[in-house]
Amino acid sequence: MTLDLTIAQFRPSKGNVEGTLASVVDTLVRASRAGETPPSLVVFPETALTGYFLEGGVRERALEADELFERLAAGYAGASDLPVEVALGFYELEAGHVYNSALYARLGPDPAPLHVHRKVFLPTYGVFQEERFVESGAGVEAFDTAVGRVALLICEDAFHTVSGTLAALDGAELILILSASPARGAAPGAGVPGNLARWDLLGSGLAAEHGVFVVVSQLVGFEGGKGFAGGSAAYSPRGERLATGPLWEEALVPLELDPTEIRQARTEEPLFADLERTWTRLLVNSPGAGVGRPRPEPS
Amino acid sequence: MSAREASHRGGHAGAAADDEAVRAAEAAIAPRDPGSRHRSAVWAHPNVPEARRPSPDDDSPLAIDTDLVERWLVEFLRDEIRRRRGFERVVVGLSGGVDSSLTAALCARALGPEAVHGFLLPYRTSSAESRAHALLVADAFGIATRTIEVTGAVDGYLDGFEPEAGPHRRGNVAARQRMIILFDQAYKLRALPVGTGNKSERLLGYYTWHADDSPPINPLGDLFKTQVWALARAVGVPPEIVDKPATADLIRGQTDEGDLGISYPEADLILHHTLCGRSPERLAEAGFDPAGVALVTGRLHRTHWKRHLPTVAMLSATAIGEWYLRPVDY
Repeated sequence: MTLDLTIAQFRPSKGNVEGTLASVVDTLVRASRAGETPPSLVVFPETALTGYFLEGGVRERALEADELFERLAAGYAGASDLPVEVALGFYELEAGHVYNSALYARLGPDPAPLHVHRKVFLPTYGVFQEERFVESGAGVEAFDTAVGRVALLICEDAFHTVSGTLAALDGAELILILSASPARGAAPGAGVPGNLARWDLLGSGLAAEHGVFVVVSQLVGFEGGKGFAGGSAAYSPRGERLATGPLWEEALVPLELDPTEIRQARTEEPLFADLERTWTRLLVNSPGAGVGRPRPEPS
Repeated sequence: MSAREASHRGGHAGAAADDEAVRAAEAAIAPRDPGSRHRSAVWAHPNVPEARRPSPDDDSPLAIDTDLVERWLVEFLRDEIRRRRGFERVVVGLSGGVDSSLTAALCARALGPEAVHGFLLPYRTSSAESRAHALLVADAFGIATRTIEVTGAVDGYLDGFEPEAGPHRRGNVAARQRMIILFDQAYKLRALPVGTGNKSERLLGYYTWHADDSPPINPLGDLFKTQVWALARAVGVPPEIVDKPATADLIRGQTDEGDLGISYPEADLILHHTLCGRSPERLAEAGFDPAGVALVTGRLHRTHWKRHLPTVAMLSATAIGEWYLRPVDY
């Protein structure tokens, strides 16, 4: 049995939560009608609810996860009765703290919030100012869904291979990366902005390292001259590219994943088994891990 | 040791077999760029960039995928003009130079030629060639033009009150007068003025502050002049405009490169490496002319103020842009 997913390469209406929520619901309905089989899961990008660069405006546009879920579930209930799961990036408010988060929720007849991931690695260099405006999440965790065991990562989380490692070790077989990656670099060769070429390496590498499916959902649109170019993509457990979204425009990118490929990939090249067997010993015996033996003092 | 391993390690002075292997490897791996000490790879993944050391003979860091950049800027213009700001039309001052020609061409691609209003704003010293080239590009991209001379306004002030003003001041007054007209025409036409300044002139401070840089959006501001040339050629700006020496045309016979004392290809490469964090000493070591490096970095460091809004005295913890931080499109 295959799993039908859709990447929603999405353009928010900047700072307009109400309008963008309506657009999210509309996108979910369109995704359900786009193919022969309605998708089990629709994956939106990072900060899809508001746009990415809000600076101090995050305080005014952040929502509690429960409120987002309730508004999303109510909006969807008014538009469709088909069951669907959704991953969606938003600025989250929780007890006076603001996070760059992703909600994973079940919508339709039996709606429920299933997980919230708070971005752990906050880019604060060059064009990025996240640590100035939001706080860091505590960790990476997998959770069970209708499409199997899933983990969420947000943008720079995936630039650190340890994030994917922790997700896979917690049992994730599908890693969803929600991204808002400002386009930069136009060197001849790849035909895409340089940051997307980097994402291609990251997504493929992560998938092949652990024998998992990787889905990268990218934001679309310009914010103050910074362009989010789209170019979403998905990778098989062998690291093959399964699909890509177009550049510069919104798109629904349908995916049909065969979960048996995970077992095949992991037995052909048992890197993940090697990791599981070695991980704890590696942490304890590697001074760089900061656990077990103390780090040697620099001489 | 394989030939490639030997090559990677730079060869050994020891065994003759190794020397042979190194020579064989070097014969197989020709340097792509004569000035670069890196060797081009015998195989490569398209998504992995090749490492390069700076060299005055290697302008590849400035190479752009012109198809990609054209689409990128067209989408930028559509998004920033229509979606974000709700305008359907733009006004562009056409000087006959490559920057304004390319800007107008990209606007025509993005919004349709009928949405672009080109303004020729000559001063009495402006050259006939500038006018001819402005009309040439307008014709090539189907853009309607209007000519409004700035001579009366500029000379009314200068001849009436400041007759001793030299060409430099006249140039600045003319540049600011042009913006008065562009913004007024934009108001009249319910259009957005589009700026034309490129990254080289912005970094060198080679423009009139709060004149050329004042329109609210600018598609070319992150492209060096040599990249503007490449994109203009690809987009179809007539070659006589792309290939002529760049000039602000504020004074007869003036050229940018004459004013600056360095060519754009040289200046752009030095600017690129400097912005990537390479010191003047490092660039001199790599073979760049120290005088050219000093000229370019001197202009760069003297003009940071020109790339900012005016300095405001901060008195509170709600100072705009210091404490109260909201993006331009919020």
